[in-house]
Amino acid sequence: MRTENQKAWFFVLPVLALVAFNALVPMMTVVNYSVQETFGNNQFFWEGLGWFEQILRSDRFQAALGRQFLFTFLILIIEVPLGIIVALSMPRKGFWVPVCLVLMALPMLIPWNVVGSMWNIFTLPQIGLLGYFLNDVLGINYDMTQQPISAWITVVVMDVWHWTSLVVLLCYAGLVSIPDAYYQAAKIDGATPWSVFRYIQLPKMKTVLTIAVLLRFMDSFNIYTEPFVLTGGGPGNSTTLLSIDLVKIALGQFDLGPAAAMSLIYFAITLLVSWLFYTLMTKDDAE
Amino acid sequence: MAQIKLSNLRHSYMPTPKGPEDYALKEIDVTWRDGGAYALLGPSGCGKSTLLNIISGLLTPSEGQILFDDRDVTALPPDQRNIAQVFQFPVIYDTMTVGENLAFPLKNRGVDAATIKRRVDEIAEMLDVTDMLDTRASGLSPDNKQKISMGRGLVRDDVNAVMFDEPLTVIDPHLKWKLRSKLKELHQRVQATMIYVTHDQTEALTFADEVVVMQEGEVVQIGTPVELFERPQHTFVGHFIGSPGMNVLPCEAKGDRALFEGHEVMLEGPTHGDGGRTDLGIRPEYVGFGDTGIPAHVTKVADIGRHFVVSAMVGNTPLKAVTEHNAPNPGSHVFLQFKPEQSRVYRDGWIATEERV
Repeated sequence: MRTENQKAWFFVLPVLALVAFNALVPMMTVVNYSVQETFGNNQFFWEGLGWFEQILRSDRFQAALGRQFLFTFLILIIEVPLGIIVALSMPRKGFWVPVCLVLMALPMLIPWNVVGSMWNIFTLPQIGLLGYFLNDVLGINYDMTQQPISAWITVVVMDVWHWTSLVVLLCYAGLVSIPDAYYQAAKIDGATPWSVFRYIQLPKMKTVLTIAVLLRFMDSFNIYTEPFVLTGGGPGNSTTLLSIDLVKIALGQFDLGPAAAMSLIYFAITLLVSWLFYTLMTKDDAE
Repeated sequence: MAQIKLSNLRHSYMPTPKGPEDYALKEIDVTWRDGGAYALLGPSGCGKSTLLNIISGLLTPSEGQILFDDRDVTALPPDQRNIAQVFQFPVIYDTMTVGENLAFPLKNRGVDAATIKRRVDEIAEMLDVTDMLDTRASGLSPDNKQKISMGRGLVRDDVNAVMFDEPLTVIDPHLKWKLRSKLKELHQRVQATMIYVTHDQTEALTFADEVVVMQEGEVVQIGTPVELFERPQHTFVGHFIGSPGMNVLPCEAKGDRALFEGHEVMLEGPTHGDGGRTDLGIRPEYVGFGDTGIPAHVTKVADIGRHFVVSAMVGNTPLKAVTEHNAPNPGSHVFLQFKPEQSRVYRDGWIATEERV
């Protein structure tokens, strides 16, 4: 006979309390706002799911969501392969290892709004080093304050500059953990460099690559500071990503109800896509 | 299949080696017969793995040549030497099935599909892994993984030699002997030259027809297991092989006798040479007890099942004796008898007596 003992649940209580304070309670206030209308003075009126419906149906939200997905897609499709390539070409031992690692880590150490300001000054069409060079030396018509395409390219390049290092460092950690015997065996088996990558390096990098993709997805999907400082969401609304739009609604227009509903939708999408990525990338291991 | 010859081989990991102490391998000259089973035996850091990597082509020696059937392969990369190597930790291509793993070396060499299938089936049958061919290799137990890495070496029928670099390190003890006898069986079936690196004397002595004992980058003796046991050429071999190892006792030598702690000991034959550190070497198995002989004081008796290991003091020198029955009690005084044909003198480590014909 096995006796069931439910006492173990008591051990979970402290964690539950902690999570309640740092996540559940703040989140409940958002939920609270999302189903009510307020005009200040602590007066609230029941609104039901109205805000959610309004947000989901609005062209403004759909456009911002589209831009957000496009941005994240571009970031992932550039940063992940680029990160792998850089990690593969870094030295595995010797004097240059620490040098490379520090150089790689540098962009990540710069505060986000400083990155935004740096790139803003760097790319301004008349006075910025890059802006001046493109326009007046190469004769390319480039103005990220006026042209949506230029603004988009600048925002994407800035993020690639800022965050590819993260993918590089994670992949590099995966690569250096591969024992020499694998490379020696591959040499003896007559494997081509592509086979070495396909059958040894890539599988061994898979775990860290999953983490890298998840982190880069979440960070780029929730990105706010850098594009806000660089373009302020413009020109027009062309680089108004979800978070920028959210702040405009919440703090600019002070529409707390719709902003709360949008926050919850935003959160749900982030969670859902992260779960999808994770499930798809770890599917093989479960077999 | 090929005969392997190492000629004047030396290797140093330093760019400009100065003295002999800078060499990880000092002057190696050996010839290994086609189809033989050899073991490289020595303690960690003696240069055996370096030597193995030089033969397989993963390292290029500083000096000397490697010849496969009189063809100089010193400058060839590993994939052109047609050798196979099994590493200490099993190397498996995780994303492939067992069958794909075995087929990989053939595929890389552009062998046609029908031949690949035939060879893979043959090897799988030899290794008893036929029923695993379609499973993912990543989930296998360490001993099966090690079998697959072996199989990847054997699947090519043009292999000159198969090298094993301490292949049983990660295998559970009760599976070790099983895998070891599998190896022996494989050697008989494929007839390839096999070179087995280990620091475990049991593995070396059971696997190999001939064992190369190494110490500090030098070959100290090459011989059959019996030769290494019966007539060690160096005190290191005597001490490293056998359990417990050979007694190495300080002595003085004159003619065919040695003077040990004031007692005269008959040797296998006359000594040669002069000076140096002189030691008397005798295996514990050949130290007997009697009514007369060298007086000794028994300090410890260990019963290890098949026999007793007796530790005793002669004067101030400790030594060991092995006896199958009638072990003396600790603390008792006994007389030891050294078997003359197994008593030898070593000068500076090297044997200095001649066998009486």
